[in-house]
Amino acid sequence: MKTLFLIPLAVFVSLSAVAQVKVPFERIRDAAKDPGNWLTYGGNYAGHRYSPLSQLTPANIAQLKPAWIYQSREAGKWEVTPLVVDGVLYVSERPNIITAIDGKTGRPLSNYRRAMPSDVPGCCGPVNRGLAILGDALYVNTYDCHLVCIDVNTGKQRWDVVVADYRKGYSMTAAPLAVKDKIIVGISGGEFGIRGFLDAYDAKTGAHAWRFWTVPGPGDPGHETWGTGDAWKTAGVATWVTGTYDPDLNLVYWGTGNPCPDYNDDTRPGDNLYACSVVAIDPDSGKLRWYYQYTPHDVHDWDSDEVPVLVDAKIDGKPRKLLVQANRNAFFYVLDRVTGEFITGKAFAKQTWASGLDAKGRPILLPDKVPTAAGTLVYPGLEGAVNWPSPAYNPGTGLFYVHAQDDYAQVFYKMKEEYSPGNNYTGGDARNVLGAEPYGAVKAIDPTTGTVKWEFKEQTSSNSAILTTASGLVFAGTRDGYFYVLDATTGKPLWNFQTGGAIAGGPVTFLVEGKQYVAIAAGTGLITFAL
Amino acid sequence: MSGLNADGFSLAARQPSVFTDLMPPRPRYALCVFISAFVVASSVADDSQKPQEPVKPSATASAGQNSTDSEKGRRLFETHCALCHGPHGEGGKGPTLAQPTLPRASDDESLLRIISLGIPNTEMPQAKMERSDIELVAKYVRSLGSLPRETTSGDAARGAQIYASKGGCAQCHMIHGEGGVFGPDLSEVGRRRSLSYLWRAMVDPNADVPQSYSAWRQDVSLPENFLYVRLTTRGGQEFAGVRVNEDTFSIQIRDATGAVHSFLKSELAELHKDFGKSPMPSYATTLSIDELNDLLAYLASLRTEK
Repeated sequence: MKTLFLIPLAVFVSLSAVAQVKVPFERIRDAAKDPGNWLTYGGNYAGHRYSPLSQLTPANIAQLKPAWIYQSREAGKWEVTPLVVDGVLYVSERPNIITAIDGKTGRPLSNYRRAMPSDVPGCCGPVNRGLAILGDALYVNTYDCHLVCIDVNTGKQRWDVVVADYRKGYSMTAAPLAVKDKIIVGISGGEFGIRGFLDAYDAKTGAHAWRFWTVPGPGDPGHETWGTGDAWKTAGVATWVTGTYDPDLNLVYWGTGNPCPDYNDDTRPGDNLYACSVVAIDPDSGKLRWYYQYTPHDVHDWDSDEVPVLVDAKIDGKPRKLLVQANRNAFFYVLDRVTGEFITGKAFAKQTWASGLDAKGRPILLPDKVPTAAGTLVYPGLEGAVNWPSPAYNPGTGLFYVHAQDDYAQVFYKMKEEYSPGNNYTGGDARNVLGAEPYGAVKAIDPTTGTVKWEFKEQTSSNSAILTTASGLVFAGTRDGYFYVLDATTGKPLWNFQTGGAIAGGPVTFLVEGKQYVAIAAGTGLITFAL
Repeated sequence: MSGLNADGFSLAARQPSVFTDLMPPRPRYALCVFISAFVVASSVADDSQKPQEPVKPSATASAGQNSTDSEKGRRLFETHCALCHGPHGEGGKGPTLAQPTLPRASDDESLLRIISLGIPNTEMPQAKMERSDIELVAKYVRSLGSLPRETTSGDAARGAQIYASKGGCAQCHMIHGEGGVFGPDLSEVGRRRSLSYLWRAMVDPNADVPQSYSAWRQDVSLPENFLYVRLTTRGGQEFAGVRVNEDTFSIQIRDATGAVHSFLKSELAELHKDFGKSPMPSYATTLSIDELNDLLAYLASLRTEK
């Protein structure tokens, strides 16, 4: 009797220990060996959003059909890129809801809900763009600026730390980045006179590990680029899009946002470091290794938070470790990610503010392109030639795919504005040009030169991320609700499906019981497709 | 009153000769009056916009209004508002503001909100002015309400007959539920538009058409911008009409009979958009000056006072 009781118990314990979700750092680092899953925001640490899965091909993609739809019970658009681990999808719904969804049926397995105050002054609604997973825990940033750790198996909260005071204009929408034993998080609020930073927390305990201020304080290098007044205290420079990581160099790369007030530079003479830059940070210490500023002294709200994608490719016949970014300011930049050295850059959409880039990549400004009281027409408009949605890189085609906006101008206005905590602090605004129809496009760019190889036009700009596969497909979504597929080499449309909701999420592909699925957040839910 | 006369709003006397001299005869390919009626689309603003706080009336501005402020309010109005609403708020592309009560702004707070935030899905933008200036403009707009209404020498009853018969206007336009749906509804056009704007719409419909299409910004949304589209299918069939929807992979148009046609863009051999043009013919030569004046009087009478 004793024996009979003890043996099944031992079997049960060992089975459950094996079956529980575990995603150690090494598994994320080696994501390429684990193509059935989607373990980090950008698909891998390099931000490629590339999948080796090849069951879906240009030849059979016309047969792609909806497999299931998960609909939220809450209103408001989704912007999430799901994580997928061993057949289960993990999504962040708005506001502050985490749901585990069965990948085979679309049915919810657990649901974490957390109350949110109603007075968070974020610019653009309580959206959330995704989660991080590390070990057996999920991590999510909340709109009211908490970092929450949730047991991935049960959906129960383990810890909850306050990252910033939302009453001062901070908010959080980006997915955290799990690196080794730390969770790295960025903050939003670049229109609210915050002082930007990047933060790291111990993954086990939630203890604060380090903070890198994106606006240097008195005595720190770069502080002198903000003039002699107090502008640095309310200078913005948010870190609102998830960065990337190079395990070999042990560097985290993170884009930074606009300086504040966005359109009125009266109080902030100088280059305004580290606004509109990419920073390379040691994830163990939080120390800055190098920075590169794309747009010194920005006055058009052209954040440089776009994902810095890590590409290994040859330049002049020599293999180089590159960091490439399609920037909101309409230029594509190729940097050396070891040193931060500028290699080349080129406009990828219509722009009228610079005659080009100099040898170090600094823009050569054209006259009279700054905001004024009467208004100044500039290409691109404030949303930029590209905004936050993640691009993709396909090592097979050697192309970088980005959701761009082209033929897009706005009139920029400069106005007076006094800072007050938690309120808009933009010092102006931008207005659309009547009679103009700017268009959206997926653009395929050679990441070593910035040359646009092809573009597929969309009716309006889109905030959907892009997914590309080894089988030669590019998946993208449109603001007008289409989820669609292009040939990765030619840009020819191969398939589309009208989802009925604006698409601002990130497509992911994964395996369930050996079968390939692709999922996209559209409107207020998640739609999953298979052959 | 003096302001109105000084700027030439005795239209019946002046405008016809000016416009008929300027406008060459146009082919009449459809008998319909096509007037860019002010868009009354209600829709939820997309929250990807960066919203501005509505301006609240401040005690200092309310107490301190004087002639200098009034003059500044007038100058700001002429700079920021007059292009659409007319130099005296008489109406143009934007609705008439020179009326005692404004349909969308019954109190000061709602007027300040509209000026500071704009009206989603219309061409009424957010004001790009300091907050104190917005208050001055709002006060000036309120002062316009005491101006007398424009008058016309035409006969509205005769105009109604021309509208229904020789003008053929009802084929495309609707008034209180009667008429076609191809063009904008005219039920309240007399309340919304100035006489000069209505006159120009009849004799030069292309002069002012809404075309600020954007599916997601605070501009005129489809189908209210009435963009005229001509297309040919791969099978060689030709269609024309106003665009009621367009997206990345499809387009839908409403033809002059009111029928809606839907196309996948992959089915089309040609797609042409007549930006800046109206499908409405000019009536500069098909109606006499007297008939145009009568029609103007009828259109101006289309108003429901609130």
